Amino acid sequence: MELYELTAHELAELIRTRKASAAEIARSFAGRIAEKEDAVKAYITVTEDKMLQAAEETDRLAAAGELLPPLAGVPCAVKDNMSTAGVRTTAASRILENYVPVYNATAVEKLEENLIPMTGKANLDEFAMGSSCENSAFFPTRNPWDLSRVPGGSSGGSAAAVAADECAFALGSDTGGSIRQPASFCGIVGVKPTYGRVSRYGLLAFASSLDQIGPMTKDVEDAALALNVICGRDVMDSTSLSAEAPDFTKALTTEIKGMKIAVPREFMEKGIAEDTKGAVLAAMKHYEELGAVVEYVSMPNVGYGLPVYYIIAPAECSSNLARYDGVKYGHRSPLSRDTFSMYKKSRTEGFGPEVKQRIMIGTYALSAGYYDAYYLKAQKVRTLVKNDFEKIFSEYDVIISPTAPDTAFGIGEQTDDPYTMKLADICTIPANLAGIPAMSLPCGFDGKGLPIGLQIMAPALGEEVMLRAAYAFEQTSDFRKKPAFPGGNK
Amino acid sequence: MLTKQDIEAIAHLSRLEVGEDAEKLTEQINKLLDDFASLQAIDTSEIKPTSHAVPMYNVFREDEVRPSLSPEDVIKNGPDTMDDAFVVPRIVDTD
Repeated sequence: MELYELTAHELAELIRTRKASAAEIARSFAGRIAEKEDAVKAYITVTEDKMLQAAEETDRLAAAGELLPPLAGVPCAVKDNMSTAGVRTTAASRILENYVPVYNATAVEKLEENLIPMTGKANLDEFAMGSSCENSAFFPTRNPWDLSRVPGGSSGGSAAAVAADECAFALGSDTGGSIRQPASFCGIVGVKPTYGRVSRYGLLAFASSLDQIGPMTKDVEDAALALNVICGRDVMDSTSLSAEAPDFTKALTTEIKGMKIAVPREFMEKGIAEDTKGAVLAAMKHYEELGAVVEYVSMPNVGYGLPVYYIIAPAECSSNLARYDGVKYGHRSPLSRDTFSMYKKSRTEGFGPEVKQRIMIGTYALSAGYYDAYYLKAQKVRTLVKNDFEKIFSEYDVIISPTAPDTAFGIGEQTDDPYTMKLADICTIPANLAGIPAMSLPCGFDGKGLPIGLQIMAPALGEEVMLRAAYAFEQTSDFRKKPAFPGGNK
Repeated sequence: MLTKQDIEAIAHLSRLEVGEDAEKLTEQINKLLDDFASLQAIDTSEIKPTSHAVPMYNVFREDEVRPSLSPEDVIKNGPDTMDDAFVVPRIVDTD
């Protein structure tokens, strides 16, 4: 067994008991990245030297008898849309190709405070817009389970890095499913916390009312430990919640007798692949065997989530991305003759097609005369989606569903039809609209041997009950497997 | 239905150039707008809009002096800078 194969909590235990040093662990991951990165391409930037330095610092503090934080010395990948002081941060966009932040995102700052070495900056769809990582301006990331397939997106680099053991865990961001869907495609655990649980300061904004940072991990216990690191109120983000973050590991028991689990029929109907549906039905049965009460429910407005999202997210994106003007940072076109041509040429050269399309949709939805018909209407229907959740959570502890309608698709398979690809987010979007916590964990494999994800959703600030439901399932089932690197083994 | 001219006008508002992609974009954006049409049938006359999932009003903090970025750091990533300033093309017409 190599060190890089272990979970974050297993590595933390080795460091605590002095059976392995942080430097040994960091070197193990550096070797693994060198071995697999050519095939997987999970990272835009690998920060090997920085990782080794941080690990050595951890070992020095340990040798000096300092009490180390729980995940000290456990290497973590960071999605490349989170600002890292002194380390290039691109959002996988040409417009930020050479941008080097002068400050850390709060989530990154917390990793550093907890002595967690960073392996590198993980690939994503440009500005987190996409579901396959193919919208990266630099290169697509490949799914470690089948290198001809996508890892999902937008946090595809983070998911692939975890699945390929190129880090112990990773941070992703989730606006409409960007943590959960790639977690599902790559057979790992991914958590989108309650909106506001994790500070968005330093996260390159896409849709501010939906964006949330969260952990992507090898198991549920790792997710709880990572949440302990990143959650909490931050004065630098006025939308971060004042609610005290509990010790999430306390929620990890397998005792779920009497837990009430709802399964909305709307999530199990059209467009869900047979194998995926079968795995979720099996999970429902499994929960019943564990003593939970599992019942079908109806959420009549949840189907409107997709059109609502594709109005609200572009509207917020068109406003957020107005900052890329070629003046303060990022690309400036050499063809800038006056301010207008500077804005237009810089943005046209810097942004990829998907980003431009979303900026334009958002600009249209917010423009005079169309605001009420599109943006305001979408916000009202957002209320209806939110109300559907509130009604279900007045009677049930958690909701389960498939994370994605199907398993990982082939690279290039869906890019011709952007709308079909957007359907990949149909199960995950509603949680962002309602601001509730939601996660994905492995629950089976399809006929092709690709992992299937089970989504668990809980009421706002209900991470603990969500994690307990996940932990109980994980500990009593056997779906936590590793990819065999088909076609990728050297 | 948006026309190619509409798309060009939206591109201008977005400070983008669409060039040869105008037709393809017109088609793609119209396809998305078709899907948005399903929302129009829903009665939302009594429904309040949600702009933020978690209700939040007037987040206050003490007005204290805190460290901020140095001018040097602020302009560090500027594509064209001089002293402590960003250099931009001339804004005011000369004639």
